[in-house]
Amino acid sequence: MPTLTIDGIEVEVEGGSTVLQACEAAGIEIPRFCFHERLSISGNCRMCLVEMEKAPKLIASCAMPAGDGMVIHTKSDKVKRGREGVLEFTLINHPLDCPVCDQGGECDLQDQYLAYSGDDNRYEEGRRTVAKDDFGPLVKTVMTRCIHCTRCVRFADEIAGVPALGGIGRGDHLEITTYQEQPFASELSGNVVDLCPVGALTNKPYAFTARPWELKSTETFDIHDAMGSSVRADARGAQVMRFLPRVHEDVNEEWISDKTRQAVDGLKYNRLDQPYVRRDGKLQPASWDEAFDVIASNVKGKKIAALIGDLCDLESMYALKGLMAALGSTAIDCRQDGAKYGGKHRVGYLFNSSIAGIDEADTCLLVGTNPRKEAAVLNIRLRYLSKRGPIASVGEVENLTYPVEHLGNNVKALEDVLLGKGDFAKALKKAEKPMIILGSGAVSHADGAAILKLAHDIAEKYGMVSDCWNGFNVLHTAASRVGAMDLGLVSDGGVDGILNGAAKGDIEVVFNLGADEIDTARLEKAFVIYQGSHGDEGVKHADVILPGVAYPEKPGTYVNMEGRVQLAPRVIFGPGDAREDWAILRALSQKLGHTLPFDTISELRTKMIADYPHLDQVDQVPKESWAEFGVTAKASDAPITNLIDDFYQTNPIARSSKVMAECSSAYEGAQFVAEAVNG
Amino acid sequence: MNISVRNSESFVFTAENMEWAKGQLAKYPSSRKQSGVMPLLTRAQEQNNGWVSVPVMEYVADMLDMPYIRVQEVASFYTMYNLKPVGKHVIEVCTTTPCWLRGSDDVVAACKDELGIGFGETTEDGEFTLLEVECAGACVNAPVIAYKEEYYEDLDNDSTRKFIKAIKSGELPVAGPQTTDRHKSAPQGGPTTLKDFCAVQGGQE
Repeated sequence: MPTLTIDGIEVEVEGGSTVLQACEAAGIEIPRFCFHERLSISGNCRMCLVEMEKAPKLIASCAMPAGDGMVIHTKSDKVKRGREGVLEFTLINHPLDCPVCDQGGECDLQDQYLAYSGDDNRYEEGRRTVAKDDFGPLVKTVMTRCIHCTRCVRFADEIAGVPALGGIGRGDHLEITTYQEQPFASELSGNVVDLCPVGALTNKPYAFTARPWELKSTETFDIHDAMGSSVRADARGAQVMRFLPRVHEDVNEEWISDKTRQAVDGLKYNRLDQPYVRRDGKLQPASWDEAFDVIASNVKGKKIAALIGDLCDLESMYALKGLMAALGSTAIDCRQDGAKYGGKHRVGYLFNSSIAGIDEADTCLLVGTNPRKEAAVLNIRLRYLSKRGPIASVGEVENLTYPVEHLGNNVKALEDVLLGKGDFAKALKKAEKPMIILGSGAVSHADGAAILKLAHDIAEKYGMVSDCWNGFNVLHTAASRVGAMDLGLVSDGGVDGILNGAAKGDIEVVFNLGADEIDTARLEKAFVIYQGSHGDEGVKHADVILPGVAYPEKPGTYVNMEGRVQLAPRVIFGPGDAREDWAILRALSQKLGHTLPFDTISELRTKMIADYPHLDQVDQVPKESWAEFGVTAKASDAPITNLIDDFYQTNPIARSSKVMAECSSAYEGAQFVAEAVNG
Repeated sequence: MNISVRNSESFVFTAENMEWAKGQLAKYPSSRKQSGVMPLLTRAQEQNNGWVSVPVMEYVADMLDMPYIRVQEVASFYTMYNLKPVGKHVIEVCTTTPCWLRGSDDVVAACKDELGIGFGETTEDGEFTLLEVECAGACVNAPVIAYKEEYYEDLDNDSTRKFIKAIKSGELPVAGPQTTDRHKSAPQGGPTTLKDFCAVQGGQE
């Protein structure tokens, strides 16, 4: 533990820290462009220069290991002049086009120039200009502004695992670019916009639409996958302009996927902003009262079932469950993908190791999952795991940006692992903290219950479950899923059973709460009430449409795949007549004569927490005790296939987004460029 | 600095070069075989008529398990890798300060005049390419031209023309000082110190 003296303050830092980190520990701000705590150190911007006693020159504090007894000065005249010099050089080729630059107002170079610059720039020679690059549909480039910090290059290599960026040429001719003008084909490409300290890489769909000081920021959560990434929604007036990541060390660190970031324009299109009622075979606008009357006259005394969509908040699901119970029905199901897990044991459907727990694991078995598409940010941690220990997969062979040993594509491969056959089984045996990840492709397989049982037994056999470690994980793709499972929204036949019942006429009324990933043709015979935010698959064959609001437009509780309860506030108000989902259900229940026992969302939450006490544990990862689940059965050799083909088109909001459609076509159905993986 | 010309032909090492490449890679641990990128690129450039094309970079990258962009970074950093097709005869004229002080402008003018092309250009018949290079490291014999791994030194306008004409007529000019009779970079007019030391050593005699 070296002890340093920084500006007269004595600090003790952990071994392996840098001088820059020591300065921060002493509460001293060190300006920097190239240094980023989650990337490797490059030390090329020179902005972090400080004076070290007994050193002839200023040192780059980001690259200098902290040593015992170092005496550092950060406010001396020499340091001041050093910083002024660096900034003067940095601005030689950087254009002063701040008024037309999207980074203006949130630019590191602007801020640091304001704080640390000297007098005017003395440079009078010609300045260089650099041609535009194509980084794909999400990242706008103005490479003349680039100051060559190489953060984006390091991000592509180290975090995204798609080494597509590089600096070619040298000296005054150095340019950051992609290989052969190919786009930066990563599902995490948008993060380079946040990393870029200047306006060289900016958000393309957001270009020239808003200035940072016009935006109202709200801290909320993402629902495009089941991770529940922490995001910041920046809104202007009645519109969310962009999503940015927020730091949550245990979930998304500070990265978000391109879908989380850029599907925001999906909130503008295909919106349901007023109720509709089907009259003479056509959906026609109606008032709320008319819509409710039609429902009331069609529901009374009929057999009713309900479907739960992927983006629902807990409040609406709780309200719907209450309403269905009042109508005497328990046929309600959330497993649109046909997953075979039941709601009995929470440990059987959670990501038990927790997302941060991946960093402790040393061996991993993936079953029927492509984490790159199902939880892109989680894949970053798996990539780091691959450097510590082996990762194997059962299912489809895909490029996950790290080496994966492929064990087979059907249940037989899992049986072999359980029997201890093969090298990977030996590796599992040796591992201290092994983990298994079941994707939606595995749990929704025809033999999903048998796969769950096999995974359960593998977890037991290879010591994945102990007092301090639980390596049994289910990787969900739907933000609502774990919450819905917690509320027990499962029925015996599953979603398939409800759809079959509706097709046969056994179920006469279906209440569809935002379920869009189903084949609605099977609902043709039934009377269908669709409540949701977007005109997507679910509104086909709907007889009444109730317009709900989308996720940033309502306060809502979500539970992510780890079982972490997250409270998202309202960011903006919804369009037109759209209302918060729980409130619609509350109003409808009154019309149907079964008034739900709450008038405000806080009353609802109080009741919900009374029924499900664990929902009170906000942002806590639960520790569930191990249980028996799954069914022993003879499995077929049908291949295990992944459910998500197209990363950019997984839910109604993303499908309504023009930007996501552009990405989808640009990357040919999200077939990411396969680059040689750096060993 | 994009590579504008992409030759459509694929690239593979000849059996002989492959053998040589394996020898190079044997110098490094297998997990660090990227270290061999520069010699491999150099040999590939020689085989590929003097320039590094996109297939060349991709071939070398695949051989070393490197991302393509990493190889392009190396190839574009060093000026000795030509990223455009070059002529049969590549003439590299040094114009850095010592050569310039000793009259490299005359040498450049002679080259341009004799060949009818400027720096970075190739004659229409594909015979000659003229390149400007930074310090060739032979300042004591300035000004110099590098051609086919040899230095042609102590040049002036006339000797440069003679040198180019010789190449045109199919000869390989004798490398070394062109206008003086000194040996390599020995003092002009023979040894000036230690009396007959150099003569005894068999220098000028």
